[in-house]
Amino acid sequence: MIKLQNVEKVYRTSSIETLALNNINIDVKKGEFVSIMGPSGCGKSTLLNIIGLLDAPSKGQIEIDGSPVERYTDKHLAELRNRKLGFIFQSFHLINDLSVIDNVEIPLLYRNTSAKQRRELAQEALEKVGLSNRMKHFPKQLSGGQKQRVAIARAIVGKPEIILADEPTGNLDSAMGNEILGILQKLNTDGATIVMVTHDEAMAKKTDRLIRLFDGTQVS
Amino acid sequence: MLTNYIKIAWKVLLRHPFYTFITLFGITLTLTVLMVVTSFLDHLFGAHYPEEKRSRSLYIATLIQTDSANTTMSSGPASFEFLKKYAKTLKTAERVSVMNNFGFSNAYVNGKRIKLNTKYTDVEFWSVTDFEFLEGKPYDETNIRNADHVAVITDALRDQYFGFDGESVVGKTIDIENINYRVIGVVKGSPPTRVYTYSDVYFPYTAPKSNYEEKGMRGRFVAIVLAKNPADLPAIQAEFDSHIARIPRSEYSDNNRFNVLIVKADTYFDHFLSMFTRSDKDRIALYAIVGLVLLMIMGLPAVNLVNVNVSRILERASEIGVRKAFGAPAKALLWQFIIENIFITFIGGAFALILTFAVIQFINASGWIAYADLTINLPVFLISILVCLVFGLLSGVLPAFRMSRLKIAEALKV
Repeated sequence: MIKLQNVEKVYRTSSIETLALNNINIDVKKGEFVSIMGPSGCGKSTLLNIIGLLDAPSKGQIEIDGSPVERYTDKHLAELRNRKLGFIFQSFHLINDLSVIDNVEIPLLYRNTSAKQRRELAQEALEKVGLSNRMKHFPKQLSGGQKQRVAIARAIVGKPEIILADEPTGNLDSAMGNEILGILQKLNTDGATIVMVTHDEAMAKKTDRLIRLFDGTQVS
Repeated sequence: MLTNYIKIAWKVLLRHPFYTFITLFGITLTLTVLMVVTSFLDHLFGAHYPEEKRSRSLYIATLIQTDSANTTMSSGPASFEFLKKYAKTLKTAERVSVMNNFGFSNAYVNGKRIKLNTKYTDVEFWSVTDFEFLEGKPYDETNIRNADHVAVITDALRDQYFGFDGESVVGKTIDIENINYRVIGVVKGSPPTRVYTYSDVYFPYTAPKSNYEEKGMRGRFVAIVLAKNPADLPAIQAEFDSHIARIPRSEYSDNNRFNVLIVKADTYFDHFLSMFTRSDKDRIALYAIVGLVLLMIMGLPAVNLVNVNVSRILERASEIGVRKAFGAPAKALLWQFIIENIFITFIGGAFALILTFAVIQFINASGWIAYADLTINLPVFLISILVCLVFGLLSGVLPAFRMSRLKIAEALKV
């Protein structure tokens, strides 16, 4: 489903060159729940950004669902992200000016979906995360756990095959964290392929497979 | 999609009231200036009282004699005879009216002088124009034939000369430069900006001092040619050109000083432009200058708005990152920010429309232009909307482009 070969990421400034990722080779099968672990600054989020086509590698190849994406135009990449990928971020990244349901609808705005259909799909996604009673609320009126559930609803509303979660429980207490992980596990059981970045060993152990990074290098 | 964009735009406006106030203040002020200018241009060139048929009228107002090298030139209005011979005979026209360019005279009331604008016209003048008769009627062919001392005056002159007490002044006598004229009609006056129809008093062209019998091509008269419908204008122009082309050189050469005669039947706007521009090249230059001035009026506040918008990109970075992450192509984001900007501009436009309405009411009431009738009519309104759109685009494209190009990973870090 997701294949990375010899991926390298270098950040260059006029005076310094930083190797963020070095020779990464990953193969995530369809329906797998994989976690990426490592200490802060080891390149976990950079790797997830590259898998999610939010950033381009300096070297190496990426295949999503069997298609190499190097030569994709910005427009094609946007379409691929829209159709195949769903993102969950540590700091939620909800748009405070939009209501919960409007936030959840965002991925559908970039498809040919009618307003009525968008509303129905967004309601369905919010029901899945148990927040159908908060549709008209605004992000500032929600707790951290609720915000992350909205973010999950937004990630799954377009029914993507792959969900990428960047420390989804990082800003939550452990009870709330477990609740979020439970939702992710349920989505995985329903067929979604999930890649989750975490530095929480206990969380990582609950996934199918663990990829460890250290200083930008894959150690397991 | 559009609702989503507008919701965001509205929320962004509410987020920082002071910034919003500054932004809207700038937009409103700029658009008000442009809308008042538009309204004034419409006042000058649009079809308004008493020239409501301008869309199917042609003006013959200037006769130019020159040589092919353009070294000598003589220009000015034509003689009555010239217009009678070459304009009045137009077969493709519905009506042709001849009137003098302008004239001045004095009348005295209780020893106090009243300065008057005078106009000598034919009978067709009252058909080609749309004067509203408050009392009486216009002069007719019999008055012209008999060279009757009759006059049509404006309501303002009536009030000044006779004092308005509600009593009809038709049949009363007005003394102008020691000649007594019988008032046969009172019309609602018109603004002086409509130069070919504006006057305080109108006489038949056979009345004293009109000089309609002057010989030669040049004189003090102009003509308004009325077509049955606007589509006939080119045919009338072609017929008039052919009349002019048949004039033998001896008639305008003035002892071989000139070998080119230029007389055009132009629409009011073209005629106005031809006063400043002789050739197409001049006209393009004039359009370029006007365009540049308009661009400056809109451009400077737009640049300011661009700066404010660009400096606030970071505030929206997370939103841009999220939208891109979930599949928004750069083009969709570009449109989002342009639409938001146009939405804000239209809010400013709505305020500007209210302000423009107040300003033109003030101008109309101030008396700076007598009988001023500046309005926000449909053309002015449509042009105002177009101006809003252009301003919105002008100030929105660059910030939108910058925003749409933000790198996702970096935008999400903010």
